[in-house]
Amino acid sequence: MTLPRLSVGFMPLVDAAPVIVAWEMGFARAEGLAIELHRAPSWSSLRDMLAFEAVDAAQVLSPVPVATALGLGGAGVPLQALSVLSVNGNVIGVSRELAAQLRDAGHGFGFDDARVAGEALFAGRDAPLRVGVPFPFSMHFELIRYWLDAVAPGRTVEIRTVPPPLMAEAIGAGEIDAFCVGEPWGSIAVETGVGELLLPGRAIWAGAPEKVLAVRAGRAEAEPARFGALVRALWRAGRWLGQPGSRTTAAELLSRPEYLNVPAEIIDRALTGRLTISGRGEGRHVEGLVAFHGGAAGFPWRSQAAWIGRRMAARAGLDPQAADAAARAVFRSDLHRQMLSGIGAVLPGASEKIEGAVESDHLVAAEDGTLVLRRDRFFDGRVFDPSHPD
Amino acid sequence: MGDKLSIVVVEADRERAHLIVDSLRGTGDHDIRVIAEPSRLARCIAEADPDIVLIDVADPSRDMLEELALASGPLDRPVAMFVDRSRQGLAKAAVEAGVSAYVVDGLRPERLRPVLDAAMARFQMFRQMRSELAATRRALEERKTIDRAKGILMKARGIDEGEAYALLRRTAMDQNRRMADVAEALVTAAGLLS
Repeated sequence: MTLPRLSVGFMPLVDAAPVIVAWEMGFARAEGLAIELHRAPSWSSLRDMLAFEAVDAAQVLSPVPVATALGLGGAGVPLQALSVLSVNGNVIGVSRELAAQLRDAGHGFGFDDARVAGEALFAGRDAPLRVGVPFPFSMHFELIRYWLDAVAPGRTVEIRTVPPPLMAEAIGAGEIDAFCVGEPWGSIAVETGVGELLLPGRAIWAGAPEKVLAVRAGRAEAEPARFGALVRALWRAGRWLGQPGSRTTAAELLSRPEYLNVPAEIIDRALTGRLTISGRGEGRHVEGLVAFHGGAAGFPWRSQAAWIGRRMAARAGLDPQAADAAARAVFRSDLHRQMLSGIGAVLPGASEKIEGAVESDHLVAAEDGTLVLRRDRFFDGRVFDPSHPD
Repeated sequence: MGDKLSIVVVEADRERAHLIVDSLRGTGDHDIRVIAEPSRLARCIAEADPDIVLIDVADPSRDMLEELALASGPLDRPVAMFVDRSRQGLAKAAVEAGVSAYVVDGLRPERLRPVLDAAMARFQMFRQMRSELAATRRALEERKTIDRAKGILMKARGIDEGEAYALLRRTAMDQNRRMADVAEALVTAAGLLS
């Protein structure tokens, strides 16, 4: 018997793990679904593959469906997020020259304090800081802006789009001073000797939704059985990835030529949170560098979408109220909840929360028992209250 | 805007770029520029101020164009990838053919069509060539691995080439695996043990 099939696009990154694992470890088959994986060469082509029906679903940057809803970029085909695939997972790095300057000025590369690291970047600097990010609509872009606008108000930060495979080249050629990129590309910059790591993305926002499962609007409602099976398989894949015993297998799987084509040892660094930050082999441990499960990691909170939408609207000069409403509508917490009902997934009772309010992991009431909410603080202690956004 | 269209082709390979420019010339007397260096993309496009930008779908530097597609980018005129819904069929065909086109808002479809048709035909051909090349390479690699595995078996078990081949094929069938995979496992294992 041939199984019903869905094609899913992905980018070769560590956080493509849920879609790869859902297929390779049999979670999709157990749900009666076959997944056909398509690797994409760039974020814009992945978005267009989805828009023009070359794939049924895709792992996309969480701001992409929001940007589409606001009419920014893309082909105007509305997209919706059914699940969050990963929380956090980016790293910020600097060129070797800038790293040397920071060390000379006494910065210790503590890898945990975004304010200290951000102030160090601008101490004694007159020139603008040029930062490479993979895509204009990305959590990378949002994190860099949020962080540097707060620690260095009034200073010039030029954010440039540099595709991850070209990031090392760009920093080596002196076209950018720093970057924010998803693993394994930060570790690859360290390995090739062109850069050093300064901070994990989660030091800026500890609860940043990084990648989402996106579909064309209306598709999931039209075929709830097939897309429900996909969402459940991805949830099971995330739970499996959350177990420490799975990491070695996951790193081996991802390292295959048809997926990331990068040595398993480098992928393992992101999965275990044990990063090598410089060519001298200095190590730093980051708990939850990238998270696939726990604390309702997969739940597409409408408040996360609202945060992204409001920040984009402010930059593009759009009406914040309208952007807020449009953004919320693309994070389908309602469908996510329906699709995961009855399989033992602990889901929150609410669909929005105050972002940045959880100082340390704690228990809250959920639909089905209790749920651990994970730390989700912004580095500057501000919160985003979706009902009083200003 | 006169009759001439200003077209930018982003393509690092000189030979491919020539072929694309040739087929575009066949559609009219256009002003065509080729950009080979991804790092100079933004500056070159700002200088050329094109009506159409063509780039291979598989080119990772395409994401850099996305920045320019924002209205506040270095271009005065907004560039979009077929934002117009009525042209969605055309956009889909282009993506399938392997070319992405960024087009200045307001460019009339009848002016765009011939240029895009020519580009699509050309990129479709490149795509076919690329997948044929990849398939040939893979087949060649697999043949090499199978030859090495045969050699290992012949030496280790004192059998001739025909027997070694038969043994590999039988093992692959028994295990429901591809012969190239069995050969590769054997070569890896032999490497570890030697």
